[in-house]
Amino acid sequence: MIHWNSFSDFLAMGGYGLYVWGSFGATVLIMAVEPILVARNRKTTITRLKRQMRADSRAENRNTAE
Amino acid sequence: MTDRFNLYRYASPATFYPLAGALIPYFAAVSVVFGLAGLWLGMLVAPTDFQQGEGYRIIFIHVPASWMSMFIYLVMAFWAAIGLAFNTRLSGMMAQALAPTGALMAFLSLWTGALWGKPMWGTWWVWDARLTSELILLFLYIGYMALTAAIDDARRADKAGGILLLVGVVNIPIIYFSVKWWNTLHQGSSVNLTKSSMAETMLWGMLLMAMCFWMYSIAVAFARVRTIMLERERHTDWVKALLAGDEK
Repeated sequence: MIHWNSFSDFLAMGGYGLYVWGSFGATVLIMAVEPILVARNRKTTITRLKRQMRADSRAENRNTAE
Repeated sequence: MTDRFNLYRYASPATFYPLAGALIPYFAAVSVVFGLAGLWLGMLVAPTDFQQGEGYRIIFIHVPASWMSMFIYLVMAFWAAIGLAFNTRLSGMMAQALAPTGALMAFLSLWTGALWGKPMWGTWWVWDARLTSELILLFLYIGYMALTAAIDDARRADKAGGILLLVGVVNIPIIYFSVKWWNTLHQGSSVNLTKSSMAETMLWGMLLMAMCFWMYSIAVAFARVRTIMLERERHTDWVKALLAGDEK
């Protein structure tokens, strides 16, 4: 069922190791990093929006107090 | 009156936001399952290609990435058309959310193509129709993102970006049919249904990987669109309530 005789065979990819793993490596890297960047952007956006909202409501309170 | 108007107008982002949030874990999980199955089949079970040896295994990401790069662009162009025709708010957000993922898919298509071209053709790059039109696709994604980022007003950015997307959509059939219309170095599909059972494990590996990429793209785009929604709808009651609720 498994095509490979050994793990080193699998890594060598019949001499195409550099090309195959270079392709898969870049893909794995991108698919790991992109969700992290999206999550981080979400966190900073929410923090910023909350800060803005608090600042806005403070300004509003000042205006009504005057 | 204004309350009712607002409620109507913002109904779709307000309802789509929690729906997308609830669906993300499922799309992510299904993507992982498809990915593991596809890698198992493609990298461990599928036999050696009689022409390209083990080097052909790049196909299991090259083809899915290329398909997604074209498909995501079509979806963005669809949203651009809806946005320009009906002036809907959600459409611009969807296009915005998809663009970076589409650009990454186009990049992966070119990157894996270069790594495949070197051992098989003897060159990383050649200015043939298929490769050049895919490079133009990457530039269209980057151009769209740069253009929309350069315009401060989100609605204007959507309109300008939407026009760019609709003009650029002509590139998609050019990519797709380039191998038929011109004499290209790029080969047609080396995997097809009519061949022996050997080709079948390759085909299934590739289709599973394509599903993995598809589900991944949906999950990431949903996650991104939720942030865009919060940003753009920050003055609405539903976002204010959501942010205030989070705080407690």
